[in-house]
Amino acid sequence: MATDTLAPSAAVTAPKIKSELMQQRARAARIFLVPMLIALAVVAGWPLIRSIYFSFTDASLSNLDGAQWIGFGNYLRWTTLDSGAVRYRGLLADPAWWNAVWNTVRFAFISVSFEAVLGMIVALVLNAEFRGRGLVRAAILIPWAIPTIVSARMWSWMLNDQFGILNDLGMRLGLLSQKVAWTATADTAMTAVLVVDIWKTTPFMALLILAGLQMIPKDIYEAAEIDGVHPIKQFWKITLPLVRPALMVAIIFRLLDALRIFDLIYVLTPNSSATKTMSVMARENLFDFDKFSYGSAMSTMLFLIIALLTILYIWLGQVRFDGGDR
Amino acid sequence: MGATFDLWKLTKWTLFYLLVAVIVVVSVFPFYYAILTSFKSGTDLFRINYWPDSFSLNNYYNVLNSGSFPRNLLNSVFVSAVTVLLALFLAVTASFALSRVRFRGRGLLLLTILGVSMFPQMAVLAGLFELIRFLGIYNTPWALIFSYTIFTLPFTVWVLTTFMRELPVEIEEAAIVDGATPWVIITRVFLPLMWPALVTTGLLAFIGAWNEFLFALTFTSNNDTRTVPVAIALLSGNTQYEIPWGNIMAASVIVTVPLVVLVLIFQRKIVSGLTAGGVKG
Amino acid sequence: MASIELRNIRKSFGAVEVIKGVDLEVRSGEFMVFVGPSGCGKSTLLRLISGLEDITSGDMLFDGKVVNALAPSKRGIAMVFQSYALYPHMTVYDNMAFGLTLEKGHDKAEIRQRVEKAADMLQIRQYLDRLPKQLSGGQRQRVAIGRAITRDPKVFLFDEPLSNLDAALRVATRIEIAKLHENMHNVTMIYVTHDQVEAMTLADRICVLRDGHIEQVGTPMELYEKPNSTFVAGFIGSPKMNFIGGERAEKFGAKTVGIRGEHLTITPNEGTWSGTVIHTENLGADSYVYLEMGTEEPVVVRLDEANSYKSGDTVHISPMADKIHRFDAAGKPVN
Ligand SMILES: Nc1ncnc2c1ncn2[C@@H]1O[C@H](COP(=O)(O)OP(=O)(O)OP(=O)(O)O)[C@@H](O)[C@H]1O
Ligand SMILES: [Mg+2]
Repeated sequence: MATDTLAPSAAVTAPKIKSELMQQRARAARIFLVPMLIALAVVAGWPLIRSIYFSFTDASLSNLDGAQWIGFGNYLRWTTLDSGAVRYRGLLADPAWWNAVWNTVRFAFISVSFEAVLGMIVALVLNAEFRGRGLVRAAILIPWAIPTIVSARMWSWMLNDQFGILNDLGMRLGLLSQKVAWTATADTAMTAVLVVDIWKTTPFMALLILAGLQMIPKDIYEAAEIDGVHPIKQFWKITLPLVRPALMVAIIFRLLDALRIFDLIYVLTPNSSATKTMSVMARENLFDFDKFSYGSAMSTMLFLIIALLTILYIWLGQVRFDGGDR
Repeated sequence: MGATFDLWKLTKWTLFYLLVAVIVVVSVFPFYYAILTSFKSGTDLFRINYWPDSFSLNNYYNVLNSGSFPRNLLNSVFVSAVTVLLALFLAVTASFALSRVRFRGRGLLLLTILGVSMFPQMAVLAGLFELIRFLGIYNTPWALIFSYTIFTLPFTVWVLTTFMRELPVEIEEAAIVDGATPWVIITRVFLPLMWPALVTTGLLAFIGAWNEFLFALTFTSNNDTRTVPVAIALLSGNTQYEIPWGNIMAASVIVTVPLVVLVLIFQRKIVSGLTAGGVKG
Repeated sequence: MASIELRNIRKSFGAVEVIKGVDLEVRSGEFMVFVGPSGCGKSTLLRLISGLEDITSGDMLFDGKVVNALAPSKRGIAMVFQSYALYPHMTVYDNMAFGLTLEKGHDKAEIRQRVEKAADMLQIRQYLDRLPKQLSGGQRQRVAIGRAITRDPKVFLFDEPLSNLDAALRVATRIEIAKLHENMHNVTMIYVTHDQVEAMTLADRICVLRDGHIEQVGTPMELYEKPNSTFVAGFIGSPKMNFIGGERAEKFGAKTVGIRGEHLTITPNEGTWSGTVIHTENLGADSYVYLEMGTEEPVVVRLDEANSYKSGDTVHISPMADKIHRFDAAGKPVN
């Protein structure tokens, strides 16, 4: 795009002539960026480094300053028993941790899949022209606008075993034979969390997909119409491929969000090992169990896992972000 | 022939509107039910109704007059507003540099900023906790303003960069010929053109700060310093089995209504702001 | 007063060289027009002169002083853009005054006086309180020109200022610019255009650019009468010059001969060449006859009056002997 025309030309034939204008702009750019970079370094970079550092120490909440370096002990250590058997300890050998990893990944995968499909349906509906479209768009923005904590509490009231309206509705419609303690039962806790999360975040997905849909030129469909292509085939052959970039970006945003889920589960199903995610477990260890360094190891692992999955997804999906140098 | 065609068309439209109805009802019902519940008191709470049949402001009275909820509201407003202003101030100048000046490593920098905005906050929690205690701002609103910068700043920078990239080059060049420095271009030419973008970005950042839970839970420790999400999450009765659902719903409605109203007023702008993050291209 | 000199100016974007060594002198007070096909580097050259773009090598001199690194605002230039580039949030008055308010040493009264003087010159005084969006395209372009005048520049730079206007407005504004040049005769003007009528009517001298090189510089009539390449010959003049090759050209001792439509006469019975009419256009005052005679493009004959030839007619044509342009294989004129 033409935005770059003001820029000094790239390095191949480095210009000998550095004009006042370009110097002034370069200097201004530097001055403008420094405060932001310092802010990000202080608030993100340094804490990240410290968190990783703590995971290699024996720090405890009451004794952060006196933390001693212990190497990989929080991740894995082993003792050989007299009997000769080797006993492994540490995060990598902690079944509760792997349970949390599994819960997180399962949650992220299922919720994002549902959101992608439902979001696509909602986006297609909103992309059609019909009376009351504005109303529908306003309606789907409501779940998005409601704070997560509030939706967690709203839904836990609706899912209440004794007085919840969903049990009542289920019984009236004959879908349930008895009242279910949705959030308290291990079997249904994850379902409850998924339902609330999908309810809350499908609108975001739908809006991102809708923006992609609206960039597809209308005449493509008109041409397909004239050629007599069946609407369902139109979807697979035209809509889906063309909206794919938008969809991939929407999915990655949501995936990153889902992998770090904390507040919904903290409020909706506290203390349920069926839904305990990496974030919930890490915070528990950091601040509730006084295992600060162990919690740091978890948050470090969480960071690594998310980074790994993201790189994998971007690489496999060939996602392209708008921005950066063309 | 004609009759079957019409029938098919009719079914299609019926099914379509059915789908629309389902989408609307599912989206709105939980909030509707929360409002419904918030107006019930006493034993009415435990009778399940689908339509409003009793009306009492008791819960609102309780929430606003007892405990620290009004204080929590003030905290939330203060923290969110200051966070947004700070982020916008830093982001406007930074996004000028990122969208209008080419320099080596700009693409990498943009990607890093995007990366930070999608960063799991848990990964920095331990380090932030140490830093906040070191700075002596633990259990004050400043701890939250400080820590919220981690997600509001990259987000505002990213969105404003996208917006600023769309401003016509020739206007900027005309200003350069007129003798405007980058600072003058930003303040006297771009800012007046960008206020819709600023409102959108600011609003989205505000919502993000208003809804934040993890940092607020961790960096504040008593009722008077908490923000509303934490207050609502921790609202409980005398015993574990006596959850004050009426109060919770009233508090939820109080917290949510302003947001919903804002979002509905600015819905077009919000949609464009949300999608500015990367769908194009 | 400012003369501008370009010495072996080069400009690359990354690895692509766009301006490939340009030497040019624009005299003080001159109206210089840059023409050339799209993408040949006209805008780039103008932006190099303005200082909005850095030169990669060579020297740029204003009044004999090197200004290679000088900021645009210090060069004493003003620029009028194709898209007008008015500040949308400022009134016409503020648009015109913006540059002066940024310069030190102008008080309010002086600024007002200068804005109003410029506004009077362009008859836009009644619009001073409006926003750009409340003006028509032609009015906006006049405001853009007014903004440039207000700054009292030594050099005026125009980049296709009329291309967004409709045909009638284009003519009117063109005349306006010509008048402006008359009134401000010591201001140097450089004007980029696609439109060769604009070039011919406005220019003191025209600079024909091709692919980052200067092809020829000269007054409009020099270019019309003595083009020094087939490229310039084909670019200047409308309808386009006819090029005839092969045996017909060899008779004239050239690889190609060029002859303008207005320099061909139709002779009823016999002529130098003959061809079949494939199309005619009657424009009222004059008319064109298109002939098929085995050349790459049909040969156009321009007549001073309406004609009644029909497709399929065979006609004979003769060139005016002293108007024939002879070119060699490299497209250069044969002497
Ligand atoms: N900022 C830039 N980066 C890279 N290439 C550029 C840039 N600006 C111009 N170019 C290239 O330089 C060449 C000349 O461009 P320029 O805009 O000067 O052409 P022009 O003669 O003005 O064409 P037109 O008549 O279409 O306006 C083109 O090939 C263009 O693609
Ligand atoms: Mg151009």
